[in-house]
Amino acid sequence: MEYTTLILLLPFLGFILLGLLGTRLRPGVAGAIGTIVTGVVAILCYWTAFEYFGAGRDASGVYPVMIPWNTVWLPFGGSLHIDLGIMLDPISVMMLIVISTVSLMVHIYSFGYMKGERGFQRYYSFLSLFTMSMLGLVLATNIFQMYIFWELVGVSSYLLIGFYYTRKEAVAASKKAFIVTRFADLGFLIGILIYGFYTGSFSFTPDAPLMGTAKMLLPVALGLMFIGGAGKSAMFPLHIWLPDAMEGPTPVSALIHAATMVVAGVYLVARMFPLFIGYAPEVLHITAYVGAFTALYAAVVACVQSDIKRVLAFSTISQIGFMIVALGVCTSSDPHEGGLGYMASMFHLFTHAMFKALLFLGAGCIIHAVHSNEMSAMGGLRKYMPVTHITFLVACLSIAGIWPLSGFFSKDEILAACFNFSPWMGWVMTAIAGLTAFYMFRLYYCIFWGKENTELHTEHRPHEAPLSMTLPLVFLAAVTLVAGWIPFGEFVSSNGQAYHIHIDWTVAGTSLCVAALGIAIATWMYLREDRTVADGLADRFSGLHKAAYHRFYIDEIYQFITHKIIFACISTPIAWFDRHIVDGFMNLLAIVTNKVSWAIRQMQSGYIQRYSIWFLGGALGLAIILLLV
Amino acid sequence: MVQMEYYLIVSTVMMFVGIYGFLTRRNLLAMLISVELILNSVDINFVVFNRFLFPGQLEGFFFSLFAIGISAAETAVAIAIIINIYRNMKNIQVRNLDKMKW
Repeated sequence: MEYTTLILLLPFLGFILLGLLGTRLRPGVAGAIGTIVTGVVAILCYWTAFEYFGAGRDASGVYPVMIPWNTVWLPFGGSLHIDLGIMLDPISVMMLIVISTVSLMVHIYSFGYMKGERGFQRYYSFLSLFTMSMLGLVLATNIFQMYIFWELVGVSSYLLIGFYYTRKEAVAASKKAFIVTRFADLGFLIGILIYGFYTGSFSFTPDAPLMGTAKMLLPVALGLMFIGGAGKSAMFPLHIWLPDAMEGPTPVSALIHAATMVVAGVYLVARMFPLFIGYAPEVLHITAYVGAFTALYAAVVACVQSDIKRVLAFSTISQIGFMIVALGVCTSSDPHEGGLGYMASMFHLFTHAMFKALLFLGAGCIIHAVHSNEMSAMGGLRKYMPVTHITFLVACLSIAGIWPLSGFFSKDEILAACFNFSPWMGWVMTAIAGLTAFYMFRLYYCIFWGKENTELHTEHRPHEAPLSMTLPLVFLAAVTLVAGWIPFGEFVSSNGQAYHIHIDWTVAGTSLCVAALGIAIATWMYLREDRTVADGLADRFSGLHKAAYHRFYIDEIYQFITHKIIFACISTPIAWFDRHIVDGFMNLLAIVTNKVSWAIRQMQSGYIQRYSIWFLGGALGLAIILLLV
Repeated sequence: MVQMEYYLIVSTVMMFVGIYGFLTRRNLLAMLISVELILNSVDINFVVFNRFLFPGQLEGFFFSLFAIGISAAETAVAIAIIINIYRNMKNIQVRNLDKMKW
């Protein structure tokens, strides 16, 4: 299966080509090149998946890990070396499908959405870079290669968030995303170094069982790695960059900040899962609490946001929280006894990528139609945009967890895993699922129903998006409709053995009731034109509403800590020391050298005879010295 | 027979005349002539020391012949340089040749 190297090479070549020749190509040609490359990559990914899962299980009943290509890149002393290679196992193949599908859809969609934008070619070259990096991340054979591609996706995310670089907010948002995730990646790097130093390898599974110090320090290393993952996956309190990242073009939000890059943290935890279970289950449970809190926090904030992309951003944070929780509540690697969450998490990752990309692309169509992100500019759009409306509704039902859409199945597995772990965790997550249904349908009603902004809509009549934009919507909606019926446990499970998904109807029934309740409340509050109930509640709990609207002032707290404490008390004195002491010393050296040079320079008169006097005088002096000695 | 010291006095005088000329003359050609004086005084020394101290040997004679050959070549090079300087600067007064500075 050597052709899998093409999965990485093609997008990379596409990036180079579009990046170097971009401005010489017509926008349409550049876009077509990018899309065709991604299309070929998608076909390769599907073929890889077909062949990999088609090859069947080995004697022990698991899909064997395949390494079609591997090379030692940087050998260190001892057994430590950094490899570059391609590893196929069930989750990486699953991720290949997710990334290539969503990426292809976004490429097609961008034809319509980005039409006429300045820097169209640059946009497509960055998309290729991102696709390459993300595929490299999931195909990595070792933790260090993963880290390299991890940073590359960070860079492409930075570049794409700041795509509209003339807008101040976009520049600030891209910097914020880069700095926050970089800060978290510091933890990741330290974790990798600890891991590499004490286990003597960078591979995901050490060859021999760990002993002594390595065993003792492994939880620390894994915890630090999780900090990196939390930064990428926008876990509380490192989530602050994701809502701001919505300044980027909407298809980018769909690809990077909803479907693929932000789940890298989940993928990382899943990748290190055998180590987490084997050596650090308590760290794994901490991640579950972090994930649960994040899910709750983001769901509450999402209920009151007015910018539709922000709502979706917080819903993404919340859903990633679900995935992390599902991984965190695992207590063993056997899916029948406490290891269900692994499968559930991966399943939710898969379905979420599809319906959240769909939601973002739908939001892109809406923004395209009304030229605003604010809900106040919308309302009643169902008349104008039927395709967007139906596909958006499908995605909303799916994320709310309504049978038989894909979100129901994956969320049900997560909730079942949570109930296995502890009842209160199960109930909390069920409640958050209800909240999810509520805020998604609040969003849905505010966009498509409710009070229409007739003033704006008569002035500029909203229109359905072009075919290049609706086609991906329809495709993703179709995937969302059927993805739940994929026997996911047959492909991916915590110990690799086939696991037959069975729906626990007590859990599923509860979550369905809660979701229905959430939808019902949203319908009651937001379907009608007047929103007396909603406004009344907002007035009644104005403090809470205001706090949630301002995301509980987390950004302000960050601002305070960084500016008032770190900058004022640490950075400013250090800067003073640097400017005046360090630089001053160097300047002193330079000034002294300069002065001395000026003094000596007078000897260089340029007159031959003066030089010869010096020469003769020197010779005479030497002769005298030699005579005297 | 003339004693060795007389020759050495002549060559010493020539040497210091040459040095004096080299340091004080303002014309490049005059300086070149002064350098030739210095060289010739050294040649005389070679010959004299060979003649008086090692009469059976010929190294000093040959070396002075060799030095004469070299100095002829060196003079040719020096005059070529001086001609070039003159072409470029219309002048061979050494006071004006301070382009070498810095």
